[in-house]
Amino acid sequence: MMRVNVTVNGRPQQADDVWEGESLLYVLRERLGLPGSKNACEQGECGSCTVRLDGVPVCSCLVAAGQAEGREVVTVEGLAQLAGRRTEDGELAPVQQAFIDAGAVQCGFCTPGLLVAADEMLERNPNPSDEDIREALSGNLCRCTGYEKIMDAVRLAAARQQEAV
Amino acid sequence: MDFLRPASWQEALAAKAEHPAAVPIAGGTDVMVEINFDHRRPEHLLDLTRIADLYEWEVGERSVRLGASVPYTKIMENLRAELPGLALASHTVASPQIRNRGGVGGNLGTASPAGDAHPALLAAGAEVEVESVRGSRRIPIDAFFTGVKRNALAADELIKWVHIEKADGPQQFSKVGTRNAMVIAVCAFGLALHPATRTVRTGIGSAAPTPVRAGAAEEFLNAALDEGGFWDNGRIVPPSVVKQFAQLCSGACNPIDDVRGTAAYRRHAVGVMARRTLTWTWESYRGARRLTEGAA
Repeated sequence: MMRVNVTVNGRPQQADDVWEGESLLYVLRERLGLPGSKNACEQGECGSCTVRLDGVPVCSCLVAAGQAEGREVVTVEGLAQLAGRRTEDGELAPVQQAFIDAGAVQCGFCTPGLLVAADEMLERNPNPSDEDIREALSGNLCRCTGYEKIMDAVRLAAARQQEAV
Repeated sequence: MDFLRPASWQEALAAKAEHPAAVPIAGGTDVMVEINFDHRRPEHLLDLTRIADLYEWEVGERSVRLGASVPYTKIMENLRAELPGLALASHTVASPQIRNRGGVGGNLGTASPAGDAHPALLAAGAEVEVESVRGSRRIPIDAFFTGVKRNALAADELIKWVHIEKADGPQQFSKVGTRNAMVIAVCAFGLALHPATRTVRTGIGSAAPTPVRAGAAEEFLNAALDEGGFWDNGRIVPPSVVKQFAQLCSGACNPIDDVRGTAAYRRHAVGVMARRTLTWTWESYRGARRLTEGAA
């Protein structure tokens, strides 16, 4: 068993008694009380556990806990803060608000991963084509929406982001 | 289980020498799946993500020295001109999240017949530089794959660099799967034209126990291109030659029936991909020739 120190959503965190084969996803959900990242396929197929590791979107189920030592992680719980907003009053990141407004959330299980992936793309590429959006979200499976509402949501978030500039 | 976290390459080699059964882990896109599913319980995990050398690449005069852990995303973004075949293959790997973590070193370490990088490496020409506390050696890519998920590494060796020949002509990569993303290849094909040596090299994925080159097909095509003076006159390769090449590529397969496809389908599809990639690359070679002649 080992101790893992990792900064999550800007806060230094410490997890104890971590099993050496444990994933970052397990540490986030079961040890740090952050269940936003979802556990589904455990093999990098579904993207529902997507987080940012040192800024880069990854499947947290495929990151060994020990590999996160000393690194910075952003989960869906930290998106609002990352977007430069206060987390109080349940205020949301623009991409989260866009998902709600566009009706892109049905059962909601894939949503956290999609939000993290979409948010990262919008940061990198503020004016994405539909192809760019599909490419950026190609590692996130949704079995409810047929993706059209999700496409709408990301287009909406991009448009609002443009207006805000 | 122990989690070994070497801070340097020398420390990593020492750890591997001390624990030859230790499983190296970098992107984790293969190893963590096995651990998550309880298919593997190694006594030691050897984390290579602290070793900066493995994330670097250097473009040399004739080849690119690619660090074992350079993620596919970086290859796509930075090495498209030098390694077009590998960049195309990288783009077909799984999803952005996986491409942000996985790299060629892990692909070679796993040595799956379906590894996406392998056909591109075989077609381009590459050497895998491995090292242990005993020293380092370069393994030609043609000698690297020794069986299903087996490679030429000794127990105490780690993959450090992959030396890949820079493209001297057009390269292509083609992969068959049920959708565009998140697909393990049903079969795959890489082809590289090497005008400098007037040769064509191939790589077949997922259609034999190991990734293989289509040797007889290459020999046939090299001879046919040479005899017809095609490298010089830039004519269209006759359909009969393309057809024969495609058949010989099919013949180089030794596939199995499995959940992703049948052996017969794989043989057929490899032939189709061979025909297409030869046509694409040759058209591009002819186009480049016309441009050069136009300028002259």
